[in-house]
Amino acid sequence: MAEVEQGCELLSAGHRACGGCGPALAARLLLKATGKNVIIAAATGCMEVFSTPYPETAWGVPWIHSLFENNAAVASGIEASLKKQGRSEKVVCIGGDGSTLDIGVLCISGAFERGHDITYICYDNEAYMNTGIQRSGATPYGASTTTSPAGKCSLGNQHQKKDMPRILAAHGAPYVATASIAYPNDFVQKVERAINTPGPCYIQVHTPCCTGWGFESGETLSMAKLAIETGLWVNYEMVDGEVVKAKKVMRKPVEEYLAKQKRFRHLFKPTRQDGVIANIQAIADANAERFGIDIKRKGSSE
Amino acid sequence: MLEFMEGSHAVAEIVKRCRPQVIAAYPITPQTHIVEDLAQMVANCELDAEYITVESEFSALSACLGASAAGSRVYSATTSQGLALMFEVCFNAAGMRQPIVMTIANRSLGAPLSIWNDQQDSISLRDSGWLQFYAEDNQEAADLHMIAYKVCEDHDILLPAFVCFDGFILSHTYEPVALPTQEEVDAYLPAFNPYQRLDAEAPLSFGMYATPEYYTEFRYEIDQAQYRAKEAFVKAGREFGEQFGRDYSALVEGYRLDDADTALVAMGSICGTAKDAVDEMRDAGKKVGLLNIRMFRPFPAPEIADALKGVSTVAVLDKNISLGSGGAVGTEVKAALSGSNQAVYDYIIALGGRDVRKRDIAAVVDLAEKGKGDMFYGLRTEVL
Amino acid sequence: MALRVGCASPPGRALENKTGAWRVFKPVFEPEKCSKCGMCAMVCPEGCVRETEEGTFEPDLDYCKGCGICEEVCPKKSIRMEKEEK
Ligand SMILES: Cc1ncc(C[n+]2csc(CCOP(=O)(O)OP(=O)(O)O)c2C)c(N)n1
Ligand code: SF4
Ligand code: SF4
Ligand code: SF4
Ligand SMILES: [Mg+2]
Repeated sequence: MAEVEQGCELLSAGHRACGGCGPALAARLLLKATGKNVIIAAATGCMEVFSTPYPETAWGVPWIHSLFENNAAVASGIEASLKKQGRSEKVVCIGGDGSTLDIGVLCISGAFERGHDITYICYDNEAYMNTGIQRSGATPYGASTTTSPAGKCSLGNQHQKKDMPRILAAHGAPYVATASIAYPNDFVQKVERAINTPGPCYIQVHTPCCTGWGFESGETLSMAKLAIETGLWVNYEMVDGEVVKAKKVMRKPVEEYLAKQKRFRHLFKPTRQDGVIANIQAIADANAERFGIDIKRKGSSE
Repeated sequence: MLEFMEGSHAVAEIVKRCRPQVIAAYPITPQTHIVEDLAQMVANCELDAEYITVESEFSALSACLGASAAGSRVYSATTSQGLALMFEVCFNAAGMRQPIVMTIANRSLGAPLSIWNDQQDSISLRDSGWLQFYAEDNQEAADLHMIAYKVCEDHDILLPAFVCFDGFILSHTYEPVALPTQEEVDAYLPAFNPYQRLDAEAPLSFGMYATPEYYTEFRYEIDQAQYRAKEAFVKAGREFGEQFGRDYSALVEGYRLDDADTALVAMGSICGTAKDAVDEMRDAGKKVGLLNIRMFRPFPAPEIADALKGVSTVAVLDKNISLGSGGAVGTEVKAALSGSNQAVYDYIIALGGRDVRKRDIAAVVDLAEKGKGDMFYGLRTEVL
Repeated sequence: MALRVGCASPPGRALENKTGAWRVFKPVFEPEKCSKCGMCAMVCPEGCVRETEEGTFEPDLDYCKGCGICEEVCPKKSIRMEKEEK
């Protein structure tokens, strides 16, 4: 299983991500999957900032950053240009959840509708981390962020995660997938599949952020894994709009995931918020139902 | 050979001959005819370009930025609200030094909503780092595109440019225009040779962020490139004259200024009316002339001061207003002439498609000569 | 050194930033226990875990931030975090 290519770190060390940064790992894995023959169009956000203070770039492949919300449009132009020149580089967008699910939707929708041969990777750390942990359309229900803070009359973010994969599948994207850094090989394989599928493809990869969520830096992967084991994150693939595969799990109660993170601490202290926890459990149950991820225990009848 | 055609069509025909490889544009009145014409040319295989039908102006310019960075000559066109929507990308494209050429069919900015002409849109982006050229007629509008590509793509410049021509007044007007052949354009404008590009063979990171240690120096370099663009424009304009017989080497162009006491200063199509008005005033014995500002960015302050050095009174016609301050051109002309004892007055005129006749120009000259200025000209006080 | 037009840069320059200085804890690898699965190298966000000639793994302490992810994922418990002596 050692898929480490020695001396071939296309995302070099020396970048300024916090220790234990999930998105930094996602960037490394992404480049493992793409190899050198790629052009990356990045959005403003943590990943852009930690990897490219002039002149210290960490990117070993051609990379361009323009704005927070236009990487899909920039990529559209790059793809058109490469096509015109008869060049072979793959075009890959990378953006955070804020860039992808909120402010960049216009450009992404346009690019997917036009059918450019691009792959869009959203690294989902479930808030605007670069500007100080504000909520985004991907922030989970109940999470406390600096703009959806828990307080006397608030229990944190009031909305559920926007279903971006389904939105882009509805655009006719031939391949849409979710992934998690807890399963690096799976993510790498999905990226390989996406870049080799003609047309616009989308992958949303769950990338826990120790700083923004409030857990120890060493726990980044275990947190990502718990999200899957509780059903709050589902790894699945959609081909031509149909879910074809979803990772099955023996589900754990959501509490096991929530209790480990500062952003959900108000659900347990000073008083336990059974109602909110039950609502979050219901979200996990609905996910399990929709994607059929539950591994049935032996002997259980149904 | 002169052909009678619509201004937008003349622009599209010239753009086609400049061989853009990627075009991304979004329709907005009065720019539409240009991008429709180009789409038809692509559909007819007359123009071998990728035409990206973007969902917004914001994406249009973003796509141009990406395509330019990947190594293609690109083109876009817009106006007014469309340009306003591009605001963020405009600053970005200039900062990233992409030689994008974009036509602006000048139009007012809302509110109130107006589709008619003034120059508020491009003027509002004067700080963005884009070169700005203003055409007096359709021949010049067409010709300036060739010059713009040549100047922008010069490796000493590497800046984007607006080629501005007045919406409707020029864009929708039929005038005789001489169209050079493809071979002639190819002889003038070489194939695009990117200074640097996104390329897996030689990776580069584009658009990194700058800490306070570097930011000022990057901005300084853009500013320096702006000033170098003057020289590049003079050279490209002269070469154009040598090849096509129409010389554009002047950044500002005087009309009957030599012995003038009063000078009008203006940009764009209003100069045509102003020239006729000057002729009439001259016939009546008034020593009046006109200075047409062809290049607004970089601002040719010394050239303006030099061209106006003989006049005692200057009347600037501003088809824009920096609300709460005054007309943008007037403000900059005043700065260019500071220290002289010339009287400089600014007139906000022809906003939102208000027609300007020769007698209006004469009236402005009268006001200036009486020492009245820095005002809206022709306000309909009866509706206030 | 002259600025590169458009705030662009060729690769490699990030290596000038030795992030090892950030470390509070440092990972200590025990090759004897290592099963050579390569998981530590796969998941290090810095990409600073290298394979040795023997096929075991070691961190590049010039860049290791001491995050502890490798310790967490090591199936053989062959990595332990120790307080950095400075
Ligand atoms: C137009 C615009 N609005 C706001 C910002 C400020 N801004 C920069 S990054 C960012 C949040 C990024 O969030 P996300 O995309 O989730 O990436 P993350 O930082 O979490 O990795 C914001 C709000 C901006 N750069 N541009
Ligand atoms: S705040 Fe989160 S996403 Fe940003 S660098 Fe730190 S760990 Fe990574
Ligand atoms: S502690 Fe973190 S940074 Fe250091 S080697 Fe382990 S995973 Fe990499
Ligand atoms: S994770 Fe542990 S067992 Fe696997 S290679 Fe690394 S040190 Fe060895
Ligand atoms: Mg985020």
